[in-house]
Amino acid sequence: MKIVVCVKQVPDAKDVRLDPVTNTLAREGVQSIMNPYDQHAVEEAVHLKEKLGGTVTVLSMGPPQAEEVLRQAISCGADDAVLVSDRAFAGADTWATSYTLAKAVQKIGDFDLILCGKQAIDGDTAQVGPGLAIQLNIPFVTCIQKIREATDTELVMERMMDDGYDVLAVDYPVLLTVVKDINTPRVPSLKGKMKAKKAEILVLSAADVGADPKKIGLAGSPTQVVDVFPPPPRGERALLTGSIDDQVEQLVERLAVYL
Amino acid sequence: MLIVDKERCTGCGVCEANCAFGAIEVVDGIAVVGEACTLCGACVESCEFEALTIEGAEKSVQMDLESWSGIWVYCEFRGGNLATVALELLGVGRTLADARGVKLVAVLIGSETGDSAEKLIGHGADIVYRADDPALHYFTDEAYGAILTELIRKKKPEVVLAGATAIGRSFFPGVANALGAGLTADCTQLAIRAGDGALLQTRPAFGGNIMATIECPGSRPQMSTVRPNVMKQLEFDPSRSGEIIDIDLAPAMLKSKVRVLESVVSDSDDVNIQESDILVGGGRGLDTEKGFTLIRELAKSLDGSVSASRAVVDAGWIGYPHQVGQTGKTVAPKLYIACGISGAIQHVAGMQSSETIVAINRDENAPIFNVADFGIVGDLFEVLPKLISKIEEHRKS
Repeated sequence: MKIVVCVKQVPDAKDVRLDPVTNTLAREGVQSIMNPYDQHAVEEAVHLKEKLGGTVTVLSMGPPQAEEVLRQAISCGADDAVLVSDRAFAGADTWATSYTLAKAVQKIGDFDLILCGKQAIDGDTAQVGPGLAIQLNIPFVTCIQKIREATDTELVMERMMDDGYDVLAVDYPVLLTVVKDINTPRVPSLKGKMKAKKAEILVLSAADVGADPKKIGLAGSPTQVVDVFPPPPRGERALLTGSIDDQVEQLVERLAVYL
Repeated sequence: MLIVDKERCTGCGVCEANCAFGAIEVVDGIAVVGEACTLCGACVESCEFEALTIEGAEKSVQMDLESWSGIWVYCEFRGGNLATVALELLGVGRTLADARGVKLVAVLIGSETGDSAEKLIGHGADIVYRADDPALHYFTDEAYGAILTELIRKKKPEVVLAGATAIGRSFFPGVANALGAGLTADCTQLAIRAGDGALLQTRPAFGGNIMATIECPGSRPQMSTVRPNVMKQLEFDPSRSGEIIDIDLAPAMLKSKVRVLESVVSDSDDVNIQESDILVGGGRGLDTEKGFTLIRELAKSLDGSVSASRAVVDAGWIGYPHQVGQTGKTVAPKLYIACGISGAIQHVAGMQSSETIVAINRDENAPIFNVADFGIVGDLFEVLPKLISKIEEHRKS
């Protein structure tokens, strides 16, 4: 079983704050982490490898420092790692990103299964996973909450829906995106950390993966951000006053329109 | 690529302060662009010395944009019902279609859709394309995606919208990618620019800390998903007329490599919290699972649904479908009552678009009060029973 897991380095949400004076994101001291959903994708891949045998390759597109999250994945049981990195990728939207990742996957070679997190917490689009599957011309299923059975030929799994879940079966190759209910990511072992430290990360440029310069970065992106601005303020803190009974009474009055 | 003109740059730092992505840093009196640059252009506008330019931004693919016409809405149909968000999208779709002077088209895919097509016309559609076949009983990305992709290729609409539901957020990205179309997820505002007909798609980014407006300058269709409860539906008007067109379905289009074995609808009827008008959210401040029953009682008294913070879901008091926040669902109900939720940014990201937010917490410094319209500082076990009885009293009168 050859498994590829796509991971992304993102700013840790708990550190991201809006500067009340300048209305920009205060980024000082913001830590970079592996996208939380991707940690579950790595765990599921390693779990499947332990059950069925095979290899787990982690793949990321990003700046050179994204190497950190690839090493983290290796410390949690992945075998090797590939980073596609090039200034020419700047401004890539989800279309250009999925194209670039597809070229990288093709460069890596044969695979049976691709796992991604449901979405990255900085963009929240959930579009790169399905887009990558379309680029590779393989089926995909999003929001997997459980893999019930995994054999060398077939997967049976649960996809989270708004009103419950669907039970699905599919043969390989396939791309799945996972939600956090699927597993609990392991803590890296000491041995894993040693391995991660020594691991060689294969770094590939746009030219290395044979990407068409017209299809990457801003030039290859159908969407373009034309404006960024702070969200409208929600108003002042409005704490009710008086005894609890008074406050409850005031609240019910103010909420009357909803009752 | 973002180019800094070293002659013009004075190192004033305005661009650094205006960069939402922390990608510019002034080093030795000159602005230096880092890897995080998304080429959004905010700095270019902020620079009064015109020292910043974006180069190489020419679109390589230029299509004949004028030949794409019409506003389309994918209208989700599942388990015998139209999704509410489909009707909401026809509301905003009607506005966009009128602004462009074009038809509003609904696309209906499913089996045994009954009078749904007529309903879509009553809610604003001029034309309904209907794919009704037993093979479409269960949603699959492949069959639903193939039908919509093929139809868009043939009819060339300028805009295609879908609800940001589990289904919409799953198969729409596949359709957009196959078409090479731009897709913007979770839009909260949609507007048409007069003249070139560009769809201005506004969405929150970084967990709602910034808003971004996105365009598709050189390609069509322009595709967006929109969250439930954001747009307003038009009142049903039975006198409206429209055309219903059944699509020819080639057998190959109905095939899916992914096989649906069964569809399990949750036995608690309130898991679809994104469609609820009223949500009562419980957090760690409830201390115990038993405390959490107060949340259920309050929700019941309001005919609302129950949501929860991550801590409570991790503790196993309620299932993951109820989790609101960055690694859960994003909701925008009319009323959100946060009980014993401190208001960590991860939670606030998932509920700050609610119309009215009420916070009840014993810690008056809890950040949840910063986003609340009304706040009560107090012990939940005292406040909630009183609130429930007061609400019941009010509703009886």
